[in-house]
Amino acid sequence: MGSDPKKLDLLLSDLRSILEADRVRTDYLERALYSKDASLYSGEDPTAVCFPETTQELADVVRICSEHNWPFVARGSGTGLAGGAAPLSQPSVPNADSGQKAATDTPIADTTTSYNSPVPVVITTTKMNQILSVDGPNRIAWVQPGVLNLDLTRHVSHLGLHYAPDPSSQQVCSIGGNVATNSGGPHCLAYGVTSAHVIALKVVLPDGSIATLGNESPEPTGYDLRGAFVGSEGTLGIAAEIAVRLTPNPPAIKTLLAVFDSVSDGAATVSGIIAAGLVPSALEMMDNAAIGIVEAFTQAGLPTDAAAVLLVELDGLPEGLAQDEQLIRQVAASHSVREIRTAADAQERELFWKARKSAFGAVSRLAPDYYLHDTVVPRTRLVEVLDAVYEIANRHGLKVCNVFHAGDGNLHPLLSFDSRQDGVLARVALAADEIVRASLAAGGVLSGEHGIGMEKRDYMGLMFTAADLAAQDKLRSCFDQKSLANPFKVIPSGSGCGDVSALSSGGKTTSGSGEVPALNSEDATPLSPTVAINKPVPEGAWI
Amino acid sequence: MKQPNQDLLNFAAEIGAEDEIVVRGGKTQWEVGGLPSSSAREVKAPAGVRSFEPEDMVVRCGAGTTLEELAQVLGESGQMVPLERLSEAQSDSKPTSAQPTIGGTLAVGHSGYRRLRYGPIRDLLLETTFVDSEGQLIRSGGPTVKNVSGYDLCRLMVGSLGTLGCLGEVVLRCHPIPKRSQWFATNANPFALLGLLWQPSSILWNGRQTWVLLEGHPEDISSQAEANGLEDCAPPHNQATQPHQQRPTSYPQKLTASWQRFSLNPAILPSLTDHFKAESFVAEVGVGVVHLPSDLRMPRELLPIDDARSLTLQRKIKSRFDPRGRLNPGRKVWDENNLAATASSAAAPASAAVN
Repeated sequence: MGSDPKKLDLLLSDLRSILEADRVRTDYLERALYSKDASLYSGEDPTAVCFPETTQELADVVRICSEHNWPFVARGSGTGLAGGAAPLSQPSVPNADSGQKAATDTPIADTTTSYNSPVPVVITTTKMNQILSVDGPNRIAWVQPGVLNLDLTRHVSHLGLHYAPDPSSQQVCSIGGNVATNSGGPHCLAYGVTSAHVIALKVVLPDGSIATLGNESPEPTGYDLRGAFVGSEGTLGIAAEIAVRLTPNPPAIKTLLAVFDSVSDGAATVSGIIAAGLVPSALEMMDNAAIGIVEAFTQAGLPTDAAAVLLVELDGLPEGLAQDEQLIRQVAASHSVREIRTAADAQERELFWKARKSAFGAVSRLAPDYYLHDTVVPRTRLVEVLDAVYEIANRHGLKVCNVFHAGDGNLHPLLSFDSRQDGVLARVALAADEIVRASLAAGGVLSGEHGIGMEKRDYMGLMFTAADLAAQDKLRSCFDQKSLANPFKVIPSGSGCGDVSALSSGGKTTSGSGEVPALNSEDATPLSPTVAINKPVPEGAWI
Repeated sequence: MKQPNQDLLNFAAEIGAEDEIVVRGGKTQWEVGGLPSSSAREVKAPAGVRSFEPEDMVVRCGAGTTLEELAQVLGESGQMVPLERLSEAQSDSKPTSAQPTIGGTLAVGHSGYRRLRYGPIRDLLLETTFVDSEGQLIRSGGPTVKNVSGYDLCRLMVGSLGTLGCLGEVVLRCHPIPKRSQWFATNANPFALLGLLWQPSSILWNGRQTWVLLEGHPEDISSQAEANGLEDCAPPHNQATQPHQQRPTSYPQKLTASWQRFSLNPAILPSLTDHFKAESFVAEVGVGVVHLPSDLRMPRELLPIDDARSLTLQRKIKSRFDPRGRLNPGRKVWDENNLAATASSAAAPASAAVN
């Protein structure tokens, strides 16, 4: 399968009967560009890159792929950090061991020859970037998937509304991509992640048919397929039209910056604020390494000798805000805060936030490459896991800085390095592996907002039993019988029902015993990053 | 990896892999989606709060735990899970025999009356362990507020009426109990109020009168009430504490089990008065839930249309997760006639709809 150039010609000719030639790209450079996302994980050069503009075109492209049994991968802005949009024709990353990117200079037909299935077509939603409707009084907007996150907020700001999920990449990331990974952002602490803001979806299913999941009513009949689709990383189909909830802008905002001489004091303050019954709209932390990097870049006036700064944002009505600010100052004072500043005006608030959101762009001053991690731990275990992160990075001789969503325990350790050094990628992979295990050991989860993609796929067995994964795979197969939508992602191969029954017949019962052998639980190894990137980072981009 | 506790193992063993079973909670919404088959064996989920860390704002408990027990445990630390539905908030007395459970509430999937502020019930469920049709324990989600680790089977379980699996244990997201909760009555247009008030917890409307629940700092509540001409009133559940007292007409009608619940696009609520007499219905403004007494019928054109392709998917999911149809047989999650109402009620004559 896939080795026959004639099959490829037939596929391309069908695709070009739907989209004009310049929207079905097959030249070498273009394909190479679409082999990876913003992570270190490289996929293979896709067979073709398609640019549909309408729901019907998207459905036609998917239908043609399905008719040709050709896999496909949806892609938004390419800001993903888990390799979710990188095309794969096989479970393992090609040529991972050699550290060389696979098959970049081979002719297109040959990229499909070495593996069992063809390399997927990439379907890019960047040209599906229309805001279809806005209903101000009822606070709903229908958008195409390629609409950029911040563009929607800008578009509705005159109505006193905004779109609440705000990943740090919000200037460049698309709402379709946000749906795929159930993106978060600093303000999700109070307002919830993407799933809480998606009301309904019109999606193209992997056979090319169009289905509407949910509707504008609060309790649609049937199972919550909308909820199942959000966060499915393009494996259940492609969102073509998305109904999102718009959130009223708060009447007043207070932004505080608290400076600490120890990370544990900062973390204790986070816990103290929550225990006091406050849920700030954002509660973000930067450690000393991050402060140094950010201050050099933004000159926001952060004390570079501090162990940690905490950015606390409150919103609401003025009188309550004033009381909440006092309470936060008390809590921080009881944990030896060095200094608390309240942003005097919108300009200063923006400067605080610029410091926070530009951290990952600014880090390129430190070293040419970075690996940004994403795990979540219970808030009460933050200090312990952070200590483990420092120890792990130290032991592997890597620089690490931490800029993270402290309020919901979402860690983002960032390892920075120079990929030209011998063996550094192997050390990065080892450190990343240990960070995941430390987070899980503390009762955490694999990913808070980046998703599983390629990066965490083979760790799923650390968090779930074979039976758990088989149940997830059941859902997937209901949507995608032929496994054409973003294959080899999210669920480790071998999680299908067949494999579970094989385990059962091997004498190990899966019936309610809780002793189901976890797939790969002991020997999970990360997919090695295949190539490090060093590209210009837009201000405020990535997480 | 977290190992299931003995209660869960027992629950899975009790469900087994053979016969038809029906999970009972408090039987407070027993008829939603149709009565379960009477021949099915009744089982109950484990009860009790297993762990609660106030600083993490999450609670782990058996699905059979009652809302009352949960409220009590969380309340000691100033927290809550806003699950209570309007009819429960209005309930005169709470007989110990008919306590709504967390599992039952999630399985039915009807959100609480404070959804406008706290969001739908589905967003409160972070992790679940359920028993599948083979009697296996399946876990999905995670005990943290943020989590993207594989497919979100939790979402599928909420509102599934137990037809895909039986909820055994859940992790729920908690919220702080507001410093003050105050109901207000007003004749103001509820749809205008929705745009004027900051994070109201509930806006009820019966076509004539509007009731608003504001929660938070007392000073903020007072200033909002003053700015919008709202007058204090007793909460809907307090009026009934004196049984001899006639319910004042200025309060929303008391919802009983026979009332029907409909899910409408919130944008069409203003047109309800074109179809129903004032004071004959209770609408949750900004949400779209509408309560009707059993003798009134919701006009078809007001109901959302189910998507045919999506229904095909639903059927496929049911047949993959429960191929022999042994989980809660008799309860229907969707209406084959493409009707949106999940409430069960005697069919009322079309003429009952007032025009």
